[in-house]
This record gives sequence, C-alpha cells and structure tokens, in this order.
Amino acid sequence: MQRKKECVAMLLAGGQGSRLYALTNNIAKPAVAFGGKYRIIDFPLSNCINSGIDTVGVLTQYEPLELNEYIGNGQPWDLDRSFGGVHILSPYQAKKKSSWFEGTANAIYQNLAFMQKYNPEYVLILSGDHIYKMDYAAMLKAHKATGADCTIAAIEVPMKEASRFGILNTNEDGSIYQFEEKPKQPKSNLASMGIYIFTASKLFKYLTEDDANPNSSKDFGKDVLPAMLNAGEKMFSYRFSGYWKDVGTISSLWESNMDLLGDDPAFDVSDPDWKIHSRNPLAPPEYIGDKAQVGNSLISLGCEIEGKVEHSVLSSNVVVEEGAEVVDSVLMAGSVVKKGAKVVYSIIDENTVVEEGAVVGEDKEKNAGIAVLGRNITIGAGAKVAGGQILDKDYKGE
Amino acid sequence: MANSAVGVIFSNVHDENIPELSRHRTMASIPFGGRYRLIDFSLSNFVNSGITTVGIVTKYNYQSLMDHLGSGKDWDLARKDGGIILLPPYSDETDAPYTNRLEALKGITGFLNHRNEEYVVISDCDVIARVDIADIIRYHEEKGADITMTYIEEEAPIQSGYFMTLTPDEEGRVTGVKINPHLKQKTKCNVYANIMVIGREFLINIIQDAVTRGLSSFGKDILAKNVEGLRIYGYAFKGYCASIDSLEKYYAHSMELLDKNVRDELFGARDIYTKVRDSAPSKYSDGAVVKNSLISDGCEIEGTVENCILFRGVKIGKGSVVKNSIIMQDSVVGSSVTLDCVITDKNAVIRDRRHLAGCAELPYFIAKGRMI
Repeated sequence: MQRKKECVAMLLAGGQGSRLYALTNNIAKPAVAFGGKYRIIDFPLSNCINSGIDTVGVLTQYEPLELNEYIGNGQPWDLDRSFGGVHILSPYQAKKKSSWFEGTANAIYQNLAFMQKYNPEYVLILSGDHIYKMDYAAMLKAHKATGADCTIAAIEVPMKEASRFGILNTNEDGSIYQFEEKPKQPKSNLASMGIYIFTASKLFKYLTEDDANPNSSKDFGKDVLPAMLNAGEKMFSYRFSGYWKDVGTISSLWESNMDLLGDDPAFDVSDPDWKIHSRNPLAPPEYIGDKAQVGNSLISLGCEIEGKVEHSVLSSNVVVEEGAEVVDSVLMAGSVVKKGAKVVYSIIDENTVVEEGAVVGEDKEKNAGIAVLGRNITIGAGAKVAGGQILDKDYKGE
Repeated sequence: MANSAVGVIFSNVHDENIPELSRHRTMASIPFGGRYRLIDFSLSNFVNSGITTVGIVTKYNYQSLMDHLGSGKDWDLARKDGGIILLPPYSDETDAPYTNRLEALKGITGFLNHRNEEYVVISDCDVIARVDIADIIRYHEEKGADITMTYIEEEAPIQSGYFMTLTPDEEGRVTGVKINPHLKQKTKCNVYANIMVIGREFLINIIQDAVTRGLSSFGKDILAKNVEGLRIYGYAFKGYCASIDSLEKYYAHSMELLDKNVRDELFGARDIYTKVRDSAPSKYSDGAVVKNSLISDGCEIEGTVENCILFRGVKIGKGSVVKNSIIMQDSVVGSSVTLDCVITDKNAVIRDRRHLAGCAELPYFIAKGRMI
C-alpha cells in the first residue's frame, strides 16, 4: 500500500515583515524572537505537532538563512521524520520557467509536487505571523463534519478594526456566503485568521485554474477563496475564541510579549498540555545576583542579572549589570545593558550593547512610542535614544 | 586526533558515597547545577574533544539514565557510527554480573574489540570539570605512556569512600599509586581525578591477562602493583574540579556555582550539553525577591529566594522564604514556607506553612516525591 498523509500543512513564511523595521533587516518575520526563548514560527510548528500533523512544508523567500538554520532538520518540534517531517521549500528554477513566489496562492501552487508526494486528503494553510495556540485537529474534524471544501478559521475582532482583515459573512450554520478582503464598510466582525483547511483535490484544482488566470494576483484572500465561493463550493467558517495576535508591528510585538506577564497572563506559554517547542539555548540556568531586583518578568537561561528588571521579557544570555534598569522592555538573546544604563519601553534585538549610563527609550506614559535597537549594535556610554526611535547602526549620542 | 579515541563512562561507580541521591538512580544521573545530570559534564567533555563514540557502563537503577540520554541527540551523539552505546551488565550461566571495575571492563571487551580507535578514555561521573581530553591524549602520546591518569592537588583524606593518590616524578611518570592511604592529618595529595587514557588493545590485553590470573581489582592489582612495569603518567589538571563523594560535598560544590568565577570556568563557553525539556522561561511575579541564585527554566517564583539553586519547573509560593537550598526539578514549595539549607529531590511537595532547616554540614534532605 502506498503510504500517505491525511493532512499536510503548508506554512507561508516568506513575508518580509517590513513593519517590524530594524528587527527584520536580515531575517524573515517568522524568525523574529518572541517570549524569551521562542521565535514566532515555534507557535504554528508546535500547533502542528500538538495537533498530530507531522508533515509541514515551510515556504521561505525573504532572508531565509536564519530561518532555515533555526528549523534545521525539525528535531526540536519532533518533525525529523523519514516520511513527512518539516521541509523548507524555497523558490526554485524549473525547466520551463523559474520565478519567485508571487502571492500566497502562487507559493503553494509552485509546491504542488511536494504536497502530492504525500497524497493528502486535506491541506492546511498557515502563516508564520501569529502568536496563538490552536488545535488544528479539531478544525479538521469540523471540516469533515460539515463536508466543506474549504474551512476558514475565524475570530471576532473589534468592529472598528474589522476593515483591516478579510471578513467572513456567514449563515447561521457557519457556512460562508460572502468573503470580503479588507472591506471599507464591514458587515460583520468575523475575521479570517489566514488559516485554511482545503479538501486537497479542490485546492489543487483551484490553484491550477488560478495560475492560468492572467488577471489574478495569485493571492488566497483576493483570488482563490472568492473564486471557490463564486463557483458554489462549500465553504465554512471555524470559530476560534482563544488568544490570537498578529505580531507584525512593533507595538503588537511588544504587547504580545507583555501578554505573557502577570499572575493570570493573557497568553500562557507554560501550559503543560500544549507545549511550545523550540530550539533550546545551550546555556546554564540564569543567575540573579545579590543586588538584583526582578519583578513581574520572564527571564531565560544564561541571563546574568545584577540590576533591576521590571515588567520585561528577557531572552537567553542577556546581561543586566549592577545599577542598570530595564523596565517595560523586550530584550533579545545576548543583549547587554551595562552599569547604570536605563532601558525603558524598548525592544532590543540580539547581541546589542547599551553602554554605561546610556538611556534608551522613554516612559510609556509619555506616549513617545517604543524605542527599537537592531541587532549587533552599540549605544555609546551616556547616549540617549528617544522614545519611538528606531536604530540599526551604532549610536554614540548627539 | 581525538577521533582515535573511544570514551567509556562508568555510571554506577561510587554510588554508595551518596546514597540519598543514588537510591533511585545512578551516580551518572544525579541532578546537578539546575539543569544538568552529572554525566552531562563527562559527555560534554568527550563531545567537545571530538570523541563521538561513548560506551556507558551501567549496572543497576539505570532507567533514569536511559530516560535522560534518549537517543543521545542532545549531545549530538545520535550517530550511525558510534554515538552513545549503553553497556548493561552481561551475565550468563557461569558469570554473575560484575562486582568490580575489572569485571566490568571484561564485560565490555566485546564492545572494545569491535572498535578501531587507538585509545580508550575511561571516565567516572563523580567529577565535575571542564577537561580538554584531546590535550590529555596529546600528553599521553608525547610521553609514550601506557596509561595516563589525571589528578588534582587536593587535601586528603577525602571525607568518605574510595580514593587513589599518585606520586609522579619530575617527568610526570607515576612512581607510586596508593589506594585509600592512611593519613594522620589533612595532607595535600595528588588525587586521581577519575579520567584515564589507555591504549585500546593494551587495555584489552591487560584485562584478559588479569582475568586469567584471577585478579579482582583494577586499582590494587593492576595499577598499584605495576608502577614499575607499566609506563603510567600523571596529567595534572589545574582547572576547577569538583568531586562529589558525599551529600555534604554535593551541597558545597553546588553552592560554589553561585560564584561567577566557577560558573565562567564550567559554563564560560556555553557548551555543557543536557537533555532539553522545552520548558517556558522562568516567571518572576510582582512580589518575588531573588538574590544570588541560579534559576532554571520553567520556574515560577512568587516568594523570596536567596542563595539557592532552583532546578527546572520549581514553584515557590507567596510569602515563602527559601534560603541556601537546592530545590530539584518540579518540586513545589507552597506559601508561607521557610526553608534553610534544604535539598529536595525531584517532585517533592512542601505544603503551606512548613518550616524546615538543616545546616551546611548536614543539609536537610527530602527524598524524591516526598510530600511534607
């Protein structure tokens, strides 16, 4: 008997994430660090393996080096399999033509052969931009129960934000009668989460048709889903009500990190029933020194804390020296805050050094915005970085 | 060069020195330093020195060790050729499982015969140090030694159990090997640090020879009695080295990790490998007060923690004050508890409002899974 996989996941990870500015200068958005030890892509990958989906194609395009290295053979997610497992799918050269992925639908279409190798009945389409925990198996069950050709995960968003999303207009049974991409006057607040389950044969059919259509922009939301609906295919919404956050902007990335804090956090990464797997840092336990003050924070392995850390999320191997202060901030791996320096309401990328006495960012209440420091840079001793400023080069001050 | 060596780790020797912690596990799998097991230090030394075939000699209680090691992938030792090879005791109608190191070595001659590396590096698990094994092999070759034994200069006698002292001459040639020498007062001795380099074929030959002659002790019968016939050399190890031969020593050496110099020496290059558990980063709540402590991933701290080592997944409740203590994996300390000089093994539960204290010489020990 030919081996097959019931459901294959395709994870769109090619996005540049230009609204993360300095944080995505050299890495793809899904590779951006989150929550201390994680990267954004850990969430969809962990969701896959926790949902029993062990075949995942990761479509990369923008700055894939670090993402590829991070995913490696997939072992941290238990996705190193001889049949299935995680595979990086990059744009490639073919005999007739070679091209970059143009649009989400085209990216999937170009990898038809990958999916067909597993002869799946269903294909799950995911994006690498969101922080959430979701049981795709439950969604697949719903897809089978309704007999849908396409099921779209959907979440209620505040009405005033609805025009930023793809909006689903549904009947009482959850079936979709209209799909509107970023409507100016939304009729409902049920937003598409960019998570789709297709019956594989239908997906392959519509992707092939879409590819042949010269007027198509090769996008799921704009082209493929409307085409299916117009053709009268059965399309259902699948309601999701848990935590789901797009971390595509500086402020949403900051907020989402802060959502991990508190006694009853909005989003819990330590849920033993839904582990978030990641490539673990090779580091000893963190050391909290004699004069340290640490409150309401997440601290990762290898950190050395001698100063004050308040309401912040620290990745591995971060150093906060004596007399330094870190408040309301996200510090990524290997960043260093030297003696007497102050970091407030900021995001600092990997291996960046804030020298003695420097001040980065301004109190949140001042509404100056979040200060962002890119990776591998140095903020000179005594320098001041204003709130809302974004730096990706060394800065010695005025 | 180090590729020409195969590692052998004795996971059970010296278990009796620290019965509290080895009751349900081997010496090798005793937790240490927040997220490690003792064997991680030996294994990491091998891997970092380019030795990728490591036989692990077990005897009993090795379930926790097998669970820890898995396929060996966390040490990059899941290999087609070599990698981690568990060597459980071998016995048949005529042979009982081994009772000493010599018999244990005899039991693994099959493994040794099948390898083709030039040297065997034998390491025990009770020594915590970062050792460049490639450098010891280089020394071994330079000296044209039959056997090279590492040693550290230490005050002896050691508290309890078995130890071996070496007397090297100016060239490093060992002219005397003594086992548990009788010392009237504390004396500086060159104490064998339980890492040895020996030619593979040479080792197989001396084991077979010893077995046919009915010898029973590797230390007494082979090393101590043959210092003239064998070219034994001593390799002085100068770095940080902690040998654990009692609960008191376990406690003292654990607490040394709070010293930055010791941490830098052991972990400076960040290359001690261990099993990963995918725990979340540790969470410090608003009322938490943490001073001079090592905290592993997955902890949740609401109380006060001072001069402590917290292993993975430990919870410290509100209003509790934990000082000078070692709290192992997944132990839960309730609220308004005070602990001072306490070692809890894994999964211990200390309920609200309990007050427990030991002292540095005799830390109060709470066994695995105990509820107080």
